[in-house]
Amino acid sequence: MDDRVILRLGAKILIPFILIFALYVQFHGDYGPGGGFQAGVIFAAGFVLYALVFGLGNAVKVLPHKVVYICSAVGVMLYAGVGFATMARGGLFLDYDVLAHDPHHGQHYGILLVELGVLITVFGVMVAVFYAFAGRRRIDG
Amino acid sequence: MVVFGDVALLIMLAVTGITIIRLQNLFGAVMLAGIYSLLSAGLFVIMDAVDVAFTEAAVGAGISTVLLLGTLSLVGHQEHEPRHRPLLPLFVVALTGAVLIYGTLDIPPFGDPTNPIHHHVADYYLEASYEEMGGIPNVVTSVLASYRGYDTMGETTVIFTAVVGVLLLLARGPRPRRVFRDGRWTTVATDFAAGDGEDESHG
Repeated sequence: MDDRVILRLGAKILIPFILIFALYVQFHGDYGPGGGFQAGVIFAAGFVLYALVFGLGNAVKVLPHKVVYICSAVGVMLYAGVGFATMARGGLFLDYDVLAHDPHHGQHYGILLVELGVLITVFGVMVAVFYAFAGRRRIDG
Repeated sequence: MVVFGDVALLIMLAVTGITIIRLQNLFGAVMLAGIYSLLSAGLFVIMDAVDVAFTEAAVGAGISTVLLLGTLSLVGHQEHEPRHRPLLPLFVVALTGAVLIYGTLDIPPFGDPTNPIHHHVADYYLEASYEEMGGIPNVVTSVLASYRGYDTMGETTVIFTAVVGVLLLLARGPRPRRVFRDGRWTTVATDFAAGDGEDESHG
């Protein structure tokens, strides 16, 4: 570990705020700009910052490769799963009205769940792509 | 004031773009590409497309810059001198640009409320979404996640497909124990196979 104290301390202070801000963007998406995609990228940026400052090895200990790969797939499955759930309850694919007794609540649940799916996939994909790039050695010749 | 912001941002965009083309140092080019994205995000804010601006700032200026820096660590920081004269590419780019500018002549004026784009389904979304969604004020979220939920699922799948492609190209799985070489199977030495400990968890 090197001795770039200011960089490490600054990252340590910033990372919790970045993650909280990502969650704010996620759950505030109904009321202001933002949503699953932006929140996923910001959440991933927090971990990318950690990996840049503290090294890829430490980041992989916090968030192993397998976890990000599983996240990438689980988000899409959650999204499609909401679609199948609405079909199972007698509606059309991704027709959230049938998710609850009140169609308005159904829309709220549906949007919340699919945005969560987008968040999980985008987060997993961004970190996985970063791992793939950062894990390579320099190609000489 | 808005016009002044438009002009200032567009001039800075053009200057940044030309500088990126002329720079031989790829590190500087990557940093300027991030600035280019941030300026675009500012332009989107002026055009009241805050959701798009948010995405551009997060993806274009944030993650893309980091990924391009990761690429630079693989390929080096200096651009090689081109071995051919750039006349044909210049011709193609100039022609494409001319066609695009010709195309904009037919586009309805920006921000005109009578434009066809504002009267296809947008009227319905703006009037009905707040009621139908049970009080979600951000129409962009309602359209993306509910009215056009099927499209967004496709986009999420595209992102997932992208990571599959990147991993196929870049990620290294566990090293093979045996390789087929010179007409027979040979066992790879274990100390060579255990070269990089950090990549062992690749599935």
